[in-house]
Order: sequence, then structure tokens, then C-alpha cells
Amino acid sequence: MALLQISEPGKTQAPHQRQLAVGIDLGTTNSLVATVRSGLAEPLADDEGRHLLPSVVRYVHNAEPIVGQSAKDAAPRDPMNTIVSVKRLMGRGIDDIRKNEFGAYEFVANDSVVPRIHTAGGDVSAIEVSAEILRTLRKRAEKTLGDVLTGAVITVPAYFDDAQRQATKDAAKLAGLNVLRLLNEPTAAAVAYGLDKKSEGIIVIYDLGGGTFDVSILRLNRGVFEVMATAGDSALGGDDMDMAIARWFMRQAGISDDADHAQIRRLMYEARRAKEALTDAEQVMVEVQRMDGTIWQGELTRSGMNDLIDALIKKTISPCRRALRDAGISLEEVEAVVMVGGSTRVPRVREKVEAFFQQPVLVDIDPDKVVAVGAAIQADVLAGNKPGDEMLLLDVIPLSLGLETMGGLTEKLINRNTTIPVARAQEFTTYKDGQTAMSIHVVQGEREMVQDCRSLAKFSLRDIPPMVAGAARIRVTFQVDADGLLSVTAQEQTSGIQSSIQVKPSYGLEDQEIEQMLRDSMQHARDDMQSRKIREQQVEAERVIEALNAALASDGEQYLDSQEREQIDHALSELVNVNKSNDVDKIKSAIKDLEKTCAAYVERRMNSSIKDAMSGHNVEEFES
Amino acid sequence: MSFDLSADYFQLFGLPVSFSVDTATLMQRYREIQQSVHPDRFANGSEQERRLSMQYATHINEALRVLKDPLARARYLLELKGVQWDDEQSTLSDPEFLMQQMELRESLSEVNEQTDPLDAVADILNEVNSLIGKNSQVLESLLSSQQAEDLEKAKHQVRKMQFLRKMQTEAESLEARLEDEM
Repeated sequence: MALLQISEPGKTQAPHQRQLAVGIDLGTTNSLVATVRSGLAEPLADDEGRHLLPSVVRYVHNAEPIVGQSAKDAAPRDPMNTIVSVKRLMGRGIDDIRKNEFGAYEFVANDSVVPRIHTAGGDVSAIEVSAEILRTLRKRAEKTLGDVLTGAVITVPAYFDDAQRQATKDAAKLAGLNVLRLLNEPTAAAVAYGLDKKSEGIIVIYDLGGGTFDVSILRLNRGVFEVMATAGDSALGGDDMDMAIARWFMRQAGISDDADHAQIRRLMYEARRAKEALTDAEQVMVEVQRMDGTIWQGELTRSGMNDLIDALIKKTISPCRRALRDAGISLEEVEAVVMVGGSTRVPRVREKVEAFFQQPVLVDIDPDKVVAVGAAIQADVLAGNKPGDEMLLLDVIPLSLGLETMGGLTEKLINRNTTIPVARAQEFTTYKDGQTAMSIHVVQGEREMVQDCRSLAKFSLRDIPPMVAGAARIRVTFQVDADGLLSVTAQEQTSGIQSSIQVKPSYGLEDQEIEQMLRDSMQHARDDMQSRKIREQQVEAERVIEALNAALASDGEQYLDSQEREQIDHALSELVNVNKSNDVDKIKSAIKDLEKTCAAYVERRMNSSIKDAMSGHNVEEFES
Repeated sequence: MSFDLSADYFQLFGLPVSFSVDTATLMQRYREIQQSVHPDRFANGSEQERRLSMQYATHINEALRVLKDPLARARYLLELKGVQWDDEQSTLSDPEFLMQQMELRESLSEVNEQTDPLDAVADILNEVNSLIGKNSQVLESLLSSQQAEDLEKAKHQVRKMQFLRKMQTEAESLEARLEDEM
């Protein structure tokens, strides 16, 4: 319960305890955790001093999965049990994956809409694989910082749709993280860049990672980062360059398309090695082993590689054009073009982007670390460590949200690049006498036909009071929160009855499935779950106590009469006492009680802070 | 004691109720208010705080969207003056305007047959944009009038604007498609 920290002149604030909050860049190729320490945002290293954690998870029989470098090293030997680039599978159905991915895994048929990969360690979903990566980073952070974390900001590609965002949030939950915010990667990069350069004006973030591409246009204005437009492709990145190069190897070496998994993995490795070497070198020698054990050797030049990847780079330019158009910005107005993501190291990418934006691109910040650093800065602010800080991120929804109407057409409800949070209400009516249920199909995308958009969920409305056809008015509200996640509520207008909604996600996990996974992961008792749970609860309580004390010190007298104050003090000292115990449930309920007691106080403070923001600005001031 | 969600959008930003809006002031006010209500300020807060802040921020975003967009703003102003919109039933009885629209639509459908389709669509967009500009000026003077008949005229003008806006969207997406094909 972090109450607003309003510091008034002359009043001293209660000493502030820092909340441990981190930013996590969950990347296709590598992942990173960063935090703010002594005012400086920096990535955290593992025991061996390495910052980047390869996003690779290897499952073995009857033992803990292996995450990171050693899993990556084993990938060519054990391709079926070693999951790489899992981010490309997040929030996707089996058909998407089969259509788009090269040398995919062995998927098992199951009841859930979430595909599972068969491995030596059991059948796992992309969400669980991602959770392993996040868990490894969480442990690294807790070890370095010495306590459990209050919360984390996890970055996602700006162009991630609702299903992909939800999958990421589910993975974080499974990994035992309290998600403060899902932050768009280019926005995170802009924060790191903007705070560093103290810039004002319009900047473009061109973010080409291992598996995703985003371009965002932001207006920077005294600590406010306002996303004007974003565009991209959530299945385009360095991996696709590797595939294009690997296919060239196959043609040269005469390897047929039905090469096995291990062979494809080796080819992809060699392709990546060649691509990276060509960042500095003009040509590179390559060596590929055929199925029969014979070797093909050849040379790949930089210009040869350019020919292979030009089509892919071109696919990033139309989103740039579209984002400019949506933002209503001309090329001349762009003050800076910042390159983010490992794939922007490819010289041809820089060349093409410079040609399009007609200006040199900025490459002076480490493209691998900038997203995590930006996320850490945001986490520090969200956790309440910087009261009075002016930083504010105003982000947008990347893809339009719509509903299926007659004839398989979509009707747009919320347009892409609308600032979030946003809500739209739509009224529906019944078409049959006595109808008590109806179904609503929500899709995301820009195309006219439902089949060309991405299906998010089918909602069925029930308990509609029976009336004659057309008499019922069901108002359905679609709310997109600051994480870019959609929720839906419905109410029958004439009777005021809240209709119940059953959500059938088209790709995501259902609530029961997440609960089951959480239970499973606890049974594995990876770390000492019980003591961890107690500590987490105590940290939560400490945070609540801290925030309330600070609030009461600054304006308790102003907003509370003596009786109210007494009640709050009582509930507060209850919590302080209970928090000395090891009883998770008791602490939890004491927090709940305290929050209930404070409800009116919280609302008063909030309203007053809004009024403060609006005060001094009255109509007369502008009419004179 | 509660934040007044029923205040009109102009009041919310401390602006006079008028069709012409000072965008710089509007944006400045918007940022100031979001600074104190945005969910980022309550990310670590109680459920109550997070719910309230999302509601407030959503409301402020909607208010900004309406006031920033001339068409939405005109519609909103007319609603404040008691106009009700019955979009489905309403037809536009302005033969001259409709003729012009049909001609524009026809040239839009023939863009691909031109020697330079991109040039052709740019010409159409220019024309539509200049019509929108003129329309806005007419709206501005009608909306500042207190006469009941001007209100009716303004309503009519808003409907025209809706046609033009639709045409603009179509022309822009055609232009985007053509550019991507290059």
C-alpha cells in the first residue's frame, strides 16, 4: 500500500527504507537483471562476473533444469531437450509455431490451448520455460541484494499482443516475482537514453532483437516519456537472419530440407558465428558437416550476407514509415534515432536505417544492456524509492482491439496507438425473445476480416434477464490497463444486473492451469518455499507500514479526525506486532484489515493530490 | 469528497468551453494531472489505489482524446449543448456534398490505373485535408454562435466531417499500402 509520497516544505519525511526492485529484460537470445544502487542503474552479474544470461533452458531427467551458458553449450548436442529462443513461442498456438519456426521441437497433444514441448524433464509450456529464466535472474538478484524482492518490471516487445503479454506476466508469477509493470522494450530504452542525455524532443527507438522488432516514436518532455506511436513485428529478428544464412549453407552444401534437429541447430550456430564475424570482417570462412559426415567449406562475404538479409531488413522499414505516419511526424522532426537490440550491430542494418531516417543513428549505448537499465530505473520509481520524481511513462496499445461482427468482419473498438490505460464501452442487445446468453469474440489486429486478426478470447455473457428481443441492453466495457492487458466486464443496463463473463482465452492459460503449475512448482521445493513465503509476506508488511507512516507524518492530521486516527493507529500496531510472527496468513489478514481501515484516508489523499494538480488553473485565468 | 468524474472535459483541464483549444496548454495540463493519477504512481499500492488510479487515468486519457481531435471535440461540444446523436438513422441531404464525395471516392478507386499512383493518392489526400480544414473553420464559427439554427447547422457540418474523415482514413491506408509495395 504505497501511499502517495507528498513532501511538503518544512516537514521532514520519515526516514525511507529502500524497496528492492529490479528491471528484467527477458530477451529472445539473452536475458538480464538490473537494479538501481546508490543512484546508479546497473546490470547484476552472476558468480562468474557475467551479465548476460543466455535465454536457454535444458531439461534433464529427474533433475533441475539447467539455465544459461551451460545449457547453451549443450544445445547442439541435445537439441530436443534444450529450449532456445522460447520468447518466439510465448502466447502462440501450435499452428503459428509450425508455420513460422524453423526446426521446432517435439510438441505434445494436450487439452490446453497452450502447446507443450516434450523433453526429458517432462512436457513444458513456453510460459514454464520462461519462468525458469526469470527464476534464475530473481535468485541472482536476491543473492546480490541480500533479501527477497519487492517487485520487478519485466520488459516486453512493444508489439507484443495481449496473449503474449499475458503469457509473460504468467511466467513472472510462476517465477515468484511481483510484477510492478510490463514495460515496452523501446520505452525502457528511451528512459535509459533520455535520462542519460537529458534530451527533449522527438526520438525514434529502433529495436531489433533476436526474435522481435519494434520501432517507437517518443516525445521527451521534462521527465515525461510520451509514446506517440509504435509499430513492429513480433516474429522478426536476428534469428531470422541466422535462418536465411543457414538456408544458404544448406543450398551450398547440398543439404536437403529434411535435415534433422541436431543438424539444423549446428547450421544455425555456424550461421550466427558467421554473421557476428562479419560485423568487423569483410569475409569469413565457414564449415558445415553434411549428414554423411563429409564437410563443406566455403566463404561468405559481407556483401554476400547483405544479399541474404536485405529482404528481412526491408521488412523493418515499413513499420518505421507507419509509425511516423501514425505519430503525425515528418522525418525532419526526428531529433535522434537510437539503436537498440543485438541485431543492430549488423552494419547493413545501421546503413539501411540511416538511409531511411536521413541521419546518422546513435549506437553509443550498449544495445544489449540498455533495456534492462531502463527497466531498473522504472522499477525504482514504481517501488516508491524516488518520491517526488517527475518521471512518467505514457505508453500506447500497439494493435487495435476489435470485435467480431456479422459475416466475420471486425469492428474496431480501440485503435492502435491509443494511450493506455483506456476503456471503451459497447452496447449489445439480444436478437431472440427470452435470450439469456450471448457470446463475444475479441480480436486484435488491423485487418478487416476476423480470420486475419489474432483471436484473443471468446467471452460468453450469461444470466441476462429474459426479455423480448432487442429490449436487453448489455453494456460491455473493455479496459486496457497500464500493462497493455485487456479485461472485460458486462452489465445489463435496464435491470442493472451484472452479467457474468466466462473467458476462454484463445492462446493463454486458464486460471486453473496457472494454479496447477504454481502448485507443481512448489512441490518441487526448489528453494525453501516456506521460509521464502514468510519472508516475502514480512517484506510486504514492512512496505505497507513504511508507506503508511510516511503518509501519516506528512498529512495525517489534515485528513483524519482523532477517532479515525485512533482506528488506523490501532490497526497499524496490530500489523507491526503480527509481523514479528512467522504466520503468513495472520500477516496477510492484518494487512487486509489495515487497508480496509485506511480506505477513506487513501481516497481523500488521492483526490486531494488530483485537486492539487488541477488547482491554480481555473477557467477565469484563461479567459482574461 | 470524491474526484468529480462528471465534470466536463474542458473543466477538467481548466480550459474555457470552446471549439478552439490551445493544444500546448491542454498537453501541459494533461501531463500535470497524469503525474498525480497515473497507475505508475500506485504500482506498489493497495488494490483500491490501483483501481482508482486506473479509472482516473483512463478518464483523463479519454478527455484528452476528445479535446485533441476536432471531430470528437465538435461532437462533444454539441452534446454539452444538448444535441443527441442518432447515427444510424441520420442521412445527409446535401446533394452537392454527396456528389463531391462520390467523385473523390471514384478517383480513389482509380488510383492504381494512374501512371504514378502515389502522386494520385497524395493529390486526393491534399484535397480531402483542405476540405477538412475549411469544414473546421465553418464549425468553429457555428459552434461559437448561440442561435438554435446554428446548432442544427453545426450538427450537419459534423456529419460532413465524418464523411471526410472516413475518406481521409481510406486514402491514408491506400497510401501506406502503396508505399510498402515500393
